[in-house]
Amino acid sequence: MRAVKTIYQRPVVFTDEITTYCGGCGHGIINKIIAELIDEMELRDKGVICWPIGCSCLSDLYYKMDQIMCLHGRAPAVATGMKRANPKEFVLVYQGDGDMVSEGMAEIMHAAIRSEKFSIIFVNNAIYGMTGGQMAPTTLLGQHASTAPYGRRIDSSGYPVQMAELMATMPGVIYSERVAVNSPQRILQAKKAIKKAFQLQLEGKGLSFVEVLSMCPTGWSTAPVKALDWVDQKMIPIYPLGVKKDVSEGETVQNEEQELEVRSL
Amino acid sequence: MNKVVIDFERCKECGYCIHFCPKGVLTKGTEINKHSYYPPVVGEGCIACGTCARVCPDAAISVFKEEA
Amino acid sequence: MGERVFMQGNEAMAESAIRAGCKLFFGYPITPSSEVPEYYAKVMRERPEENIMFIQGETETSVFNMIAGAVAAGHRAMTATSGPGFSLGQEAMSYMSAASLPAVIVEVMRPGPADGEILAAQGDYFQATRGGGHGDYNNLVLAPYSVQELCELMQESFDLAEKYHNPVVLLSDAMLAKLRESVELPGYVENEPKPEEKWRTLTGADGRDPHIITTCGRGAIQWERFNLDLQEKFRKIAENEVRYETYNLEDADIVLVAFGCFSRVCISAMKMAREEGMKVGMIRPISLWPFPEEAFRGLDGKKFLVCELNAGQMVQDVKLSVDNKNDVTFYGRLGGQVPTPKEILGEIRKLR
Repeated sequence: MRAVKTIYQRPVVFTDEITTYCGGCGHGIINKIIAELIDEMELRDKGVICWPIGCSCLSDLYYKMDQIMCLHGRAPAVATGMKRANPKEFVLVYQGDGDMVSEGMAEIMHAAIRSEKFSIIFVNNAIYGMTGGQMAPTTLLGQHASTAPYGRRIDSSGYPVQMAELMATMPGVIYSERVAVNSPQRILQAKKAIKKAFQLQLEGKGLSFVEVLSMCPTGWSTAPVKALDWVDQKMIPIYPLGVKKDVSEGETVQNEEQELEVRSL
Repeated sequence: MNKVVIDFERCKECGYCIHFCPKGVLTKGTEINKHSYYPPVVGEGCIACGTCARVCPDAAISVFKEEA
Repeated sequence: MGERVFMQGNEAMAESAIRAGCKLFFGYPITPSSEVPEYYAKVMRERPEENIMFIQGETETSVFNMIAGAVAAGHRAMTATSGPGFSLGQEAMSYMSAASLPAVIVEVMRPGPADGEILAAQGDYFQATRGGGHGDYNNLVLAPYSVQELCELMQESFDLAEKYHNPVVLLSDAMLAKLRESVELPGYVENEPKPEEKWRTLTGADGRDPHIITTCGRGAIQWERFNLDLQEKFRKIAENEVRYETYNLEDADIVLVAFGCFSRVCISAMKMAREEGMKVGMIRPISLWPFPEEAFRGLDGKKFLVCELNAGQMVQDVKLSVDNKNDVTFYGRLGGQVPTPKEILGEIRKLR
């Protein structure tokens, strides 16, 4: 009898619930990466996930761990309260583009300003999914959405927001990377980035941020497999992949000396 | 023999596994599940690379490799 | 009880909260509540042994959600704000009530609407007692009338919030907040909630089943059941937490009704009227929600003069509580104007 090796199996932290995501939705892949890392890094017993409003607001059904569903855009604020109350807790904030970049722009920017010590996963699929394909702040110029039926225009809607680059400009952010999940290689890279973000939190460093370009076949009115190409052809030119900032090896943000210097002012 | 196990009811027929399988082991299915999707059919020649499982958004695929 | 001091309402209240074990304060400065975050900020540095954490948030919207997070993690947390800030916090009030999170919010009223003024007023009665945000929910609302009562109710607010797993609003106003008077500060209290009163805290599911906090409906059947459970919570609060004080009701022909700091003016007016031989009594609701309807039972035939620093808000609850609403008269002032006892006396005379 030959030995059988498991190459891939459903993560243990997952429940048996079937997700409410559409076929081919990138959220499923990102949720799965999180579940794999929670298993691998043994985060279940000390972790809390803060879910947003959006397609992922039912995600608490999928994990066997402590979770909280936050209001539109407020997940970084809720996570701030939680992490400040229990600094030893592992807190993961998961937000979509409508949630974070529209309604929660103040919360995310100020969490970065305060250098809150949790990890943020930002899912960018350039559209509002749950509400039914409306324009997001990340919707591309010319991209069709139900509230931009002839394509997004600069004169009325301005420009797509590049969050990973924006976060990289904030002194409180120690790590910012943009990844995608539209191919097996990219999924592995996304997992690597998210793992690093988790590790930095466990080391007690500042805020770590990972933007994930994700497919929304329903919102984009394409077949799932074509949505994979759409990420390559349309999104990546506007949202280039890669590490935007990594100061995790250097000085920690809240440098005691620096603080003393400020106090003497 | 290497094995790909598909959770029939969990599949949403996105086709990512078929698209990315390097050996063309998976093909479009003909049997419908209770959510009205047609999960793929597993054919011969799997090399147990795990790609199909990794890209599946619904964590519906498990892959097992028989050690030589 | 602790020591007797001469202290400002806002600061005495903040000290009482610290002594009630509220170590986490999330705030945003707004007149007339700013001394509370200032007090916490000071204590955080000057009394490090108390482990105080003060965060000045970017908006009240954010601050109220920070409280939700801290309370969800199992800790006492609060904020103090005023009208415009309280409005920004309403989405989180609705959320925390639905999510059964025991937050404590101090609302130091000032005259609205909009930016308004920074003087004393009671125009946020409706906002506090009717929920204030969207959906069917209620806050437990307490309205003290002295710095002493403010301090005591401050401490009790945490117990009540934790007992019912619901936000408690401590309704102060600009007058009470800035008033300095002699107060016996409450002592330090044990803040560990009783196990049976422990809410589902999120601390990592180590050795137990996961705790999940969500306010996301899953179909009409589930969401109606969720709402009925919430209503059951409010019913219990309404049954157990009615508070009020009555004065000279036995022989009274005219009954003044007033709450908060302004009720002190009315008490003086009542005394002046009694000196003139008029039989005047008074009801002072302390819990504004649940409203003390029972205080009005058996008072058939008496005339009620409801005095408020608004255009007539509590008067509606009084009309719902009395046998004949034609017995109810309203006197109110707006914009931060506080009438003197003599002016109230003039109104009482009109009813004779």
